[in-house]
Amino acid sequence: MADILVYALAHEGQVNKNSKGAISEAARLAGELGGEAHAVLVGTDLTDELAQQAGAVGATKVFTINAPEGIAATAIDGIAALVEAKGYDWVLFGGGLLGFEIGAGLAARIGGGVTVEVTDIKVDGGKLVAERPIFGDTLLSHSNYKSKGVIVARTNAFEVKETGGTASVEAFDAPIGAAAGQVTLKVRGEARGADVNIEDASILVTGGRGLGTAENFSVADSLAAAFGGNSAVAATRAVVDAGWFPYAGQVGQTGKTVAPKLYVGLGVSGAIQHKVGMQSSENVLAINKDENAPIFEFADFGVIGDLHKIAPALTEAIKAKKG
Amino acid sequence: MKILVLVKEVPDAAVEKTIDPATGQIDRSGEKALNPYDTHALEAAVQIKENGADVSEIVAVTVGPDSASRTLQGAVSRGADRSIHLSDAGLAGSDVVATGYALAELIKRESPELVLLGQQSDDGGSYAVGSVVGEFLGQPALSQVVKLDLAGDVITAERQAEYGYDTVEVKLPAIISVGDAINEPRYPSLKAIMGAKKKPVEKLTLADAGIDAGKVGTAGSGVDCSDFQKPASKSGGTIITDEDTAATVEQIVAWLDERKLV
Ligand SMILES: Cc1cc2nc3c(=O)[nH]c(=O)nc-3n(C[C@H](O)[C@H](O)[C@H](O)COP(=O)(O)OP(=O)(O)OC[C@H]3O[C@@H](n4cnc5c(N)ncnc54)[C@H](O)[C@@H]3O)c2cc1C
Ligand SMILES: Nc1ncnc2c1ncn2[C@@H]1O[C@H](COP(=O)(O)O)[C@@H](O)[C@H]1O
Repeated sequence: MADILVYALAHEGQVNKNSKGAISEAARLAGELGGEAHAVLVGTDLTDELAQQAGAVGATKVFTINAPEGIAATAIDGIAALVEAKGYDWVLFGGGLLGFEIGAGLAARIGGGVTVEVTDIKVDGGKLVAERPIFGDTLLSHSNYKSKGVIVARTNAFEVKETGGTASVEAFDAPIGAAAGQVTLKVRGEARGADVNIEDASILVTGGRGLGTAENFSVADSLAAAFGGNSAVAATRAVVDAGWFPYAGQVGQTGKTVAPKLYVGLGVSGAIQHKVGMQSSENVLAINKDENAPIFEFADFGVIGDLHKIAPALTEAIKAKKG
Repeated sequence: MKILVLVKEVPDAAVEKTIDPATGQIDRSGEKALNPYDTHALEAAVQIKENGADVSEIVAVTVGPDSASRTLQGAVSRGADRSIHLSDAGLAGSDVVATGYALAELIKRESPELVLLGQQSDDGGSYAVGSVVGEFLGQPALSQVVKLDLAGDVITAERQAEYGYDTVEVKLPAIISVGDAINEPRYPSLKAIMGAKKKPVEKLTLADAGIDAGKVGTAGSGVDCSDFQKPASKSGGTIITDEDTAATVEQIVAWLDERKLV
């Protein structure tokens, strides 16, 4: 079947930006295959307005499945039933966390293959071929599917294209299985810590696990203060998970996407899930003591050394220069 | 309660990962190590036991080549009571779904209440194995869990998802992949390292485990990822090593100055 199904993640009345990007990409690909892009929403308060957000970026049809949001097992049941009922060969996801969980489970359920972290998709011989960078983005791998395929995009891989279109909306009833019944979502999307703003900063000093302790964030704070002006401090998931920094200040796949004039990484390894949130930065400066750290693959200026020696000295030098 | 921990052998972090030009396949030679993320899953299992849960057994399970036996022993030294090693030429070319299928078949033989695994494989992880295993077992799977509390047969798990932290309650049996912030894995003691050699290892082939060879390996995989290409090379940055911090800082400031960033 030439139609492509896209999982549209939605939260608080908004379809996720990465889901929208996946819908736009699916519309382009379906056009080449001679089909259409359809979207599926899973949740308990799915409005027509929400469905039309998917319509406005390229979906011609939107299915709504009335089941609790935020639980992979539930979504797998619903989407698998839809795939079977309508005969889709291809299902796209915009990434995130649920995208990986649902996508992988779905591939197993429908007897297909799955590729994650996909940055490019081509049509070849009537099939989709997914491209995924591997080994710290030093190599590209291509997924050739035997029959059905699930493709989970990397965060920010696909651009949202507003078409201004509208979709027909159809409720789909799906039986939810036993595994889903074992799961209860108690809290969704708790923003731990202060509501810091990192998206508008032109200079962003990011602290990673290499800082060593929560208190050592003062090293990042001082450096950001020395730069002055429109600077801010951000963090990696590792340190947010550890409770050293607010979630609102996290860069990456499950955090914010930033594009400052200058990104400074202090003790940040440069994992892909972090890189996807900051790779549009104009200039990247990295200080890391491990010469094999992946961040050196994409830093414009990299310093191999101890941040506790270098960052305070840099702070002083910038202050002195500014006079 | 029986806990299974899934562990994988990966290339050592210091090994440069490349493609063997002769075969066009990933070059699998070089030093191997236990997937660092899996040490957090082993530590989590041990902590559940130490915290007073009635844990009858912790079993480390791997699917991988014969050479993975040393890595598996390393995993056992971190607190497992025994281990299971599935190794068979027929597994070559398995995709994520096929690997998950094989693991699920091994798990079925053991019927544990809880399966723990790492957040990702260090060698091009997909963070997907747990979800696939859960699907084949008909059990719920949760990934990236950084806090885990067990009360009776219910686990309260916290993890960061797309909009912040989610708290989820899961009734066992379940599959849980733990994030690397969940704990600080301890290094095994010398005694534990020596003791691991004496712990039982069950080495199985596909036939031994009763796994359908048509559902694993190249034949059982829905996707083939063997077509590799080098990306368009982008000009590399300037990388310096800090030997004299005053000189290093001078160079950084000059670089910033050139770009009008200070
Ligand atoms: C599904 C999923 C989603 C994720 N989402 C995100 C996300 O949104 N954002 C994110 O950031 N991560 C995310 N991650 C996690 C990511 O994979 C990495 O684990 C994380 O980014 C690592 O953070 P880090 O660089 O602070 O820590 P580490 O990887 O531990 O790196 C610390 C670095 O500090 C260096 N260092 C240590 N001491 C010093 C010193 N004294 N001087 C200089 N350098 C030092 C070390 O050499 C090391 O390179 C996600 C992972 C998964 C699986
Ligand atoms: N071949 C394997 N054998 C045992 N466990 C595995 C294997 N592959 C992956 N895993 C487990 O699944 C986790 C996630 O891996 P992945 O989905 O490949 O990123 C790893 O941290 C391991 O705990």
